[in-house]
Amino acid sequence: MADQSRTSKAARLFDVRRVIGGLFVVYGVIVTLLGLFDNQAEIDKAQGVRINLWMGLAMLALGLLMLLWLKLSPPEAPEEAPEPEKQAD
Amino acid sequence: MVIAASALRLDLDIFDYLILALYFITVLGIGFAARAAIKTSADFFLSGRSMPAWVTGLAFVSANLGALEILGMAANGAQYGLMTLHYYWVGAVPAMVFLGIVMMPFYYGSKVRSVPEFLRRRFNNSTHLFNAISFAIAQMLIAGVNLFALALILKALLGWPLWISIVVGAAIVLIYISVGGLSSAIYNEVLQFFVILAGLIPITIVGLVKVGGVDGLVDKVRQTELGDAALHTFANTAGTDNPLGANWIGIIFGLGFVLSFGYWTTNFAEVQRALSAKNMNAARRTPIIGAFPKLLIPVVTVVPGLIALVTVKGLGAEDGDYTYNNAIPLLMNELLPNGVLGVAVTGLLASFMAGMAANVSGFNTVFTYDIWQSYIRKDRDDAYYLRVGRIATIGGVVVGIGTAFIAAGFNNIMNYIQALFSLFNAPLFATFIVGMFWKKMSSWAGFWSLALGTFSALTLYLLYLGDVVKFNSDLEESFWGAGLAFVVAVVTALIVTQFTPAKPENELQGLVYGMGGEATSTETIIAGEKVWWRNPVLLGAIAVVLALVLYIPLW
Repeated sequence: MADQSRTSKAARLFDVRRVIGGLFVVYGVIVTLLGLFDNQAEIDKAQGVRINLWMGLAMLALGLLMLLWLKLSPPEAPEEAPEPEKQAD
Repeated sequence: MVIAASALRLDLDIFDYLILALYFITVLGIGFAARAAIKTSADFFLSGRSMPAWVTGLAFVSANLGALEILGMAANGAQYGLMTLHYYWVGAVPAMVFLGIVMMPFYYGSKVRSVPEFLRRRFNNSTHLFNAISFAIAQMLIAGVNLFALALILKALLGWPLWISIVVGAAIVLIYISVGGLSSAIYNEVLQFFVILAGLIPITIVGLVKVGGVDGLVDKVRQTELGDAALHTFANTAGTDNPLGANWIGIIFGLGFVLSFGYWTTNFAEVQRALSAKNMNAARRTPIIGAFPKLLIPVVTVVPGLIALVTVKGLGAEDGDYTYNNAIPLLMNELLPNGVLGVAVTGLLASFMAGMAANVSGFNTVFTYDIWQSYIRKDRDDAYYLRVGRIATIGGVVVGIGTAFIAAGFNNIMNYIQALFSLFNAPLFATFIVGMFWKKMSSWAGFWSLALGTFSALTLYLLYLGDVVKFNSDLEESFWGAGLAFVVAVVTALIVTQFTPAKPENELQGLVYGMGGEATSTETIIAGEKVWWRNPVLLGAIAVVLALVLYIPLW
């Protein structure tokens, strides 16, 4: 296949961890806030579990972890050693 | 058919819609960002072979985590109990590991862009064209099933009429694939994987609290009509006196070998995910990394199915709101407050879209490269095929709308899809596996084995539909159809090879086991990486052992 070098560069322009992290931080904040202000009817519906609060905090944590991972290992840095299987065409 | 009546009308509030809207804004945003980065047709179709293994691995399992997977497996959990776990463990993990360890070196190493392309190089053009066409048809029929399921949920949850739901669902899928290609499809699949889990986990947690934890669930399941049998996987499989009505030979060889290997190793919508990995090792780890979440997904599908069985009164009706298929939506309605409810609805809609998107992107790759470029318009420039690919995507979505209405005519879409697998995947797997390990198999043996295998399964299916041949259930038909296709394809390959010339060995390099090429040598297949967690063989062995261990307490 031609264009090998061009393609890999193009596809690294954005990183999925940023997308997951961003969306989950926003979801986490929304759902946590809803959880903080849940009325008794909603808590009763969830069998007494403050599910919005817990899931909101969990999503927030996941989002922040993704963003942290992105910060610690940015997409430009090579993530793995050059592969041994690379074949000469 | 589901009727948008009270039991299934979810009461979404503004925050739920906000969560839903944010998801689609993000998804379309990825599409536009990806579009800016896309320059060549290789980018469009295979994401430029640049993805890390964890991304392709999650995309791999997410491409399978579609409409039928979630609703169907929860439904089966309620109907058959823990025997549904066979679809996740014996019916998936061995095949996924086999794909990564044994078959991926052939696919990735030979630099093919599709499964039909591999067939052309191993056999001949006729084999290739036959498979390309049958694959394109299969993808369109399955896309219709996914679109129909997506529309059912839009209709039931949001109250939209079915036809509007189908058209709106199709339009969203079209936008997200056509603006970003597979690159955006893969990113969305990974994103959606997390959203689905965030939507399904609260159903399991709140549901378990309601039934009194795992112990409470076990006690209550014992008191249902299914009884203790619902809590076992292999008990009473010496005969057919078990919820699934299948013996252990049927489970291990029918489901675990023919159907499962046929699906996981030759389904290009799946294999394509691994081909976009950044190197051979990442490609081989793709299905194996996918096997780990696959082991655990039943916690959020089969367990809710059991919860629905014991908490939803009247579940298991022939039609209406209380069919088994609605187990998950019914639980969402009963247990989730606004907020997590929005996340769950978003996760379901995302999952249904992913199924269709995977079918359409598989279809447009095969249509553009394997049919159009190979037999209709050769030797055009890259921009031309990129344009053809975009048009094929639009065409595929439009055809999908048509096949969605075909799917709407079947009262059990899960059984319809199993029948499609037995028609298209079982003979392909047989032809593949013989051609990959037997270098003498001739070019024409490939064609006839594939053609007669497909034809025999199709004949059996039509005879069953026409009531000429009788089976206990649709499921039993698909098992026998798959088995027949497999045997016919293998026998045909053996016979035709005796009468036709073998392919010269120098044309088989890298395509047949043991035939040169660094990529398919035993060293490459066995040897892994220096770091243990990147060694496909070790990871694969861990996945299989975990599956076995998980079976022990649930035998």
